[in-house]
Amino acid sequence: MKGSQKPHGAPTTRLDARGLLCPLPVIRTQDRVRMLKVGDVLEVVATDPGVLHDIPAWCRVHGHRLLVTEQRADDFRFHIEVA
Amino acid sequence: MRNETVNVPKRAAALISGGLDSMLAAKVVLDQGVDVEGINFFTGFCVEGHTHAIRKRGRSREKRNNALWVAEQLGIKLHIVDVIDEYKDIVLNPKHGYGANLNPCLDCKIFMVNKALTQDVLDRGFDFVITGEVIGQRPKSQRADTMPVIARESGAGDRLLRPLCALNLPPTLPEREGWVDRDQLFGFHGRDRKPQMALAESFGFSDYAQPAGGCCFLTDERYAGKLADLWDARGVRDYDFDDIMLLKVGRHIRPAPHYKLIVGREEGENNFLAGYRRRFVHLDTVSHTGPLTLIDGEPTDADLVLAARIAARYSQGRTAAEVSVNVHRPSGVSAELRVAPMLPTELNPAWHVGG
Repeated sequence: MKGSQKPHGAPTTRLDARGLLCPLPVIRTQDRVRMLKVGDVLEVVATDPGVLHDIPAWCRVHGHRLLVTEQRADDFRFHIEVA
Repeated sequence: MRNETVNVPKRAAALISGGLDSMLAAKVVLDQGVDVEGINFFTGFCVEGHTHAIRKRGRSREKRNNALWVAEQLGIKLHIVDVIDEYKDIVLNPKHGYGANLNPCLDCKIFMVNKALTQDVLDRGFDFVITGEVIGQRPKSQRADTMPVIARESGAGDRLLRPLCALNLPPTLPEREGWVDRDQLFGFHGRDRKPQMALAESFGFSDYAQPAGGCCFLTDERYAGKLADLWDARGVRDYDFDDIMLLKVGRHIRPAPHYKLIVGREEGENNFLAGYRRRFVHLDTVSHTGPLTLIDGEPTDADLVLAARIAARYSQGRTAAEVSVNVHRPSGVSAELRVAPMLPTELNPAWHVGG
């Protein structure tokens, strides 16, 4: 792997949506993805359980690939590959 | 040779609330080969989403965002737009006034159609806007005389297409230009939902959302009462996002003009209110399981004793002789009060904000 190159699937950027209630985590995700390029991976961390449904649904609607969905003790983590 | 200019599909923005009518309107136009994208505006007053997250009640129902669900069913993209700040002026200064409560429906529709038309998603505008409006469906905004007002004041003019009631209105630009076939549009009117339900069935749609009272808290009498109370108590018609979120949660009890209690009704609300503990004086019952209570305003020590008695009244110790209640101040200072729970007969019904 070259110098600063990230491994495939590793997050390029991170969005902290903890404390936000749906649909705000989805809105913030959407706005951040708009600034990224195809193939970039965004990590989203959120606390509202509604994201477990909304983030995957939003990815399906826009054709983005959801690489990781993880339910942790205090939050939820997603990796989204921009399509 | 094929004329590429003529064959480029026109692009329409469909206002998607998550309810049935906007879903049908988008589907009718989508089926005519138009490139439809959904727009959903988040005003902060949307019933959608938030309360599902806050309250545990109704958790047996699937926790979904209905606008996203609609987009998925239709196979269209959906852009959810945060208009919380911009929308404030609509709520505070509606040119066309309010409906039955604090719902500025006509101004709201004008605002949303204008925003949809000018949304710059993917750096491209839209050729026209689709709404699920039906003449006679809503007493404030969906009337024969208000339809032209929305078209005119939004700036959309005849680029505003209402596919479900188009046959009751003059042909719009998309119809005149042949972008959509008017013969495949509808002439629904009035409050009868049967035509929409029949159309939904013909498309194979089921499990669609039909929120009672619409999709906005401002149409709710109790919610509007709480918002009006907030303005009265502060002496100014204004709000921030946290204000309007807190109005959705808990019992709001105002024993005096200078303070009110927000009492969590169940675990989900207590968890939500806990996020505000550092900003408000708050109470929790120690000797018995009970709600988290925030105090909004400037309570005196005597007020806090009364507030503790009210909090105790909603705890498991409501019939006990004494309940211990911790009073926490934002400064970090806490004190324990031992109080007799308030009797139901002592709790003045007029203190309940919003009825």
